[in-house]
Amino acid sequence: MQQLSRNGVLIDDTFAEAFGMRATAIIITAPTLKWARQAAITMTGYATSVIGCGCEAAIDVDLPASKTPDRRPGCRVMIFAMGTDDLQKQLKSRLGQCVLTSPGSACFAGLEGTAPLDLGNSLRYFGDGWQISKKFGGKHYWRVPVMDGEFLCEATTGLTKLAVGGGNLLFLAADNAKALNAAEYAVAAIEKVAGAIMPFPGGIVRSGSKVGGKYKGMMASTNDAFAPTLRGVVDSALTPGVNAVLEIVIDGETSDAVAAAMRAGLKAVIDLGSEKGALRISAGNYGGKLGKFHYHLKDLLP
Amino acid sequence: MKALTFSLLALPDERLDLSCLTPAALAGLTDVQIAKLRIGTSRNPALVGDVFRITGKDVNNIVFEGGSSRFDKVGAGLSAGSVRVMGDVGNQAGRRLSGGTLYVDGSAGTHAGSGMINGRLEIKGNAGDYLGGPLAGEITGMEGGLLIVRGKAADYAGDRLRRGTIAIFKGCGDYAGYRMIAGTIVITGRTGAMAGYLMKRGSLLLDRPPENLSPTFMPCGEPDIAFSRLFDRFLMDEKIMDKPLLGPKPGRYGGDTAVSGKGEVLFRQQHR
Repeated sequence: MQQLSRNGVLIDDTFAEAFGMRATAIIITAPTLKWARQAAITMTGYATSVIGCGCEAAIDVDLPASKTPDRRPGCRVMIFAMGTDDLQKQLKSRLGQCVLTSPGSACFAGLEGTAPLDLGNSLRYFGDGWQISKKFGGKHYWRVPVMDGEFLCEATTGLTKLAVGGGNLLFLAADNAKALNAAEYAVAAIEKVAGAIMPFPGGIVRSGSKVGGKYKGMMASTNDAFAPTLRGVVDSALTPGVNAVLEIVIDGETSDAVAAAMRAGLKAVIDLGSEKGALRISAGNYGGKLGKFHYHLKDLLP
Repeated sequence: MKALTFSLLALPDERLDLSCLTPAALAGLTDVQIAKLRIGTSRNPALVGDVFRITGKDVNNIVFEGGSSRFDKVGAGLSAGSVRVMGDVGNQAGRRLSGGTLYVDGSAGTHAGSGMINGRLEIKGNAGDYLGGPLAGEITGMEGGLLIVRGKAADYAGDRLRRGTIAIFKGCGDYAGYRMIAGTIVITGRTGAMAGYLMKRGSLLLDRPPENLSPTFMPCGEPDIAFSRLFDRFLMDEKIMDKPLLGPKPGRYGGDTAVSGKGEVLFRQQHR
């Protein structure tokens, strides 16, 4: 494989392979940013991968009070799934169990999409007949009485079919600390990109996977080519000196958002340099046959 | 293109029905055809040409230069475009308005915005009884849209309101929100007796604690609700108000418990 070099960091001439997904976004507000984030973090818990969790979700950006509908601090949460029905089901249950329940919360549409997804329309029944419908300014809201006042929730949010899931970067480093340092720099840079989320813990995956496995029924198993303990015994992608690899997976509202996020992550890790971070940057793909979207690293370099 | 303008020649000696002077009704008509439209309501009805001088061509932008309390049904059935009246209007201004904007530079008679469906009606002066209300025999009053009265409204403002927003700025007479089905009424200034009487659902939003409510309204404390902030912002974004109406912790009465008790009176606390 040909390699480019930037600031001492080798860049593989390869690409990340990503898939079309359905996505939606909501804005959660609360009396303080702490409690808006708490509702958002709870709602996006156990939402790392569609394979096991039914959806992928995370906080996109924090919003100051001046930019939210009710002038309280909040954050924008994005949720991705493979189909509209899955997305609606996940949205409804996560909203009902994690946002409705969170102190002082309110919830608004965060996306003007091609089709509506129910928010308050499905939660209003919690009001047991005391829910209040309000239509003004071209929008529809539900007010549901709860023990600390009211849960205010917009009736619907939007769905986009232009979303992309599975953009990724692999950071190959001399040791765990350096791999983690590189990945943390990349996460910090990508968090600033609007419309892109990193659904894994803290944005980082350590158990990258390949499709299938030797055991029946395993849809995915360990990415042995990138596992440093197996370097000598399997067909490894790792070069000598690499002892830890961490991955960042990116879902975006659009293909452009994924590209922008990968570009930001690459720049951050290249700027960090090989001494403190990654020796080499690569990306994961399935040979280009499964995913419609390909992001070549060489096109995204700073 | 200059607005299609109807300049009042002389005050009519009969009541006029101006519901035929809307963009949709006048589209494609020549000035001569417009001048022959009948607007009088007596046995010898006046024609448009008898009462107004017609200038301008833009049928989507209609202006009445001069008004009168005998101008009934101005902008009735308006579905798009704009109608402005530089003077007073009579009864049923903006009746069944479903889109576009109707602006009255003076005051309006009874039943202004009666049965409005959508769109915007703004009255710079005062409004008579039954603002947005139903005519006799009708089940619902205003069903949507935005109705703004910069002056006072008389009795029964928002009678049988079903949806939409009414805003009244210099107080109103008795029975505001009488028999409301749902929707929102904003009132700044003094409200008369029995506001919200027999309201089923909906919101009466006041800039001060209500006086003379029916005893079937029950105080509900002053919970901190996000809705008041959201609605305050809507009022300011739409340039209906220039400062917050309710503030973050409005006082609340629930009612009217003489009927379903699902309505509310929210009001700004005086100490805030």
